[in-house]
Amino acid sequence: MNISIDVKETETKLAIKVTGEIDAYTAPQLREKLFPMSEKEGVKMVVDLSEVNYMDSTGLGVFVGVFKNVRAHSGEFKIVGVSERLERLFEITGLADIIDINSQIEGGVQ
Amino acid sequence: MDFREMMESKYRDILHHYIKEQSEQALYAGQKFSRKSIEHKVAPEEIISLHKSLLLEMYPELPKDIIHSFDILLEVMVGYGIAYREHQSLRHQQEELRSEMEIASNVQQTLLGTSIPTVPGFDIGAISVPAKHMNGDYFHFVLDENDNISVAIADVIGKGIPAALCMSMIKYAMDSLPENRLDPSSVLENLNRVVEQNVDPSMFITMFYGMFNPSNNIFYYASAGHEPGFYYDSKKKEFSELVARGLLLGVDKRTKYSQYEKEIFPGDMIILMSDGVTECRTEEGFIEKETLIGYINKYIHLNAQEIVNNIFRELEKLQHFQLRDDFTLIILKKDV
Repeated sequence: MNISIDVKETETKLAIKVTGEIDAYTAPQLREKLFPMSEKEGVKMVVDLSEVNYMDSTGLGVFVGVFKNVRAHSGEFKIVGVSERLERLFEITGLADIIDINSQIEGGVQ
Repeated sequence: MDFREMMESKYRDILHHYIKEQSEQALYAGQKFSRKSIEHKVAPEEIISLHKSLLLEMYPELPKDIIHSFDILLEVMVGYGIAYREHQSLRHQQEELRSEMEIASNVQQTLLGTSIPTVPGFDIGAISVPAKHMNGDYFHFVLDENDNISVAIADVIGKGIPAALCMSMIKYAMDSLPENRLDPSSVLENLNRVVEQNVDPSMFITMFYGMFNPSNNIFYYASAGHEPGFYYDSKKKEFSELVARGLLLGVDKRTKYSQYEKEIFPGDMIILMSDGVTECRTEEGFIEKETLIGYINKYIHLNAQEIVNNIFRELEKLQHFQLRDDFTLIILKKDV
């Protein structure tokens, strides 16, 4: 079970691409990488999950934590490339109502 | 006689024996000797030093160069000896931790214990099995003085010990809610405030709370991001999702929860679960809702407790008896 987290910083945002599986074993790595970024004032983060083939609720916990941090620091947080299955997870947990999921963003995330 | 005292003569015999005839039997004696010496905590370098002195004794003419070479082997083995002793002490610590964990898990079971109430007109079955020692799932039944049956099912996002500790807090928060009857939506709103204030910012709880009122046969329910349960309509023999929208507990303290209701007729069922049920993953992928419904149908003629037990056994088998997540399944069946 592997995960790779690729961060590209541009002038306007932090584009984060996650590849692999997000579960209880890999979630701590994701948290360690994302948490420090999320605490920067006014940060704009876009997380691309299109290459994530499995995510359980532990991964969801990481994103909620990051989202709360970003919001507390008046930043913006978006998740894109969410598969149908993951989208259901965001729907059920009510997170789809507060986190920007799969919206079109200018210039894409590549 | 102590092993250490006879170690030298034993090793001498084995060595002699093998030098005389290179037999399997002599090698086997060497294996047995090594097991004994490990048992008596003899360090590897001690054996080399023994080997060296015996060689000198048996072959006084042995070239000095060969004898010197043993000093290097001895030095190298000192490191192995240290690593081995560290390993032994870690194993010992691991044993200690394991037994502490078992105690903790027993304490948790006592703390979170809930009994399945016997309610006239209702058949209730529940099963909750942790993936590891400690369970991050929780369910709770309350029967109040007006015969309302309340049921809560919750799942901490996260597993293992932190999740279990968090769940104990939820249990006490629920116990300390005001005595008078509360609507499912107000229960969730209360708990949400508790979780928001007291729990680590990346730990969240999903909860489904339902209450059946026997005087009007209505099941009132609300959900905080929990896996939707099912409603079984016995007249149509159909299952439908008990859809309820609501945010996870602990994200935003101002969250409001909508309350839903469903009239329950004799023979109908309410099926509640944790995501360990639907996230049950097999080699072919996740199990589909249809698979789960298939199992419920297969055992529908049994009583509620037997249904949940059998479904657990089937899903456990599908996952080759390796649960990835805590598993909880509850069935409330209205008597015909």
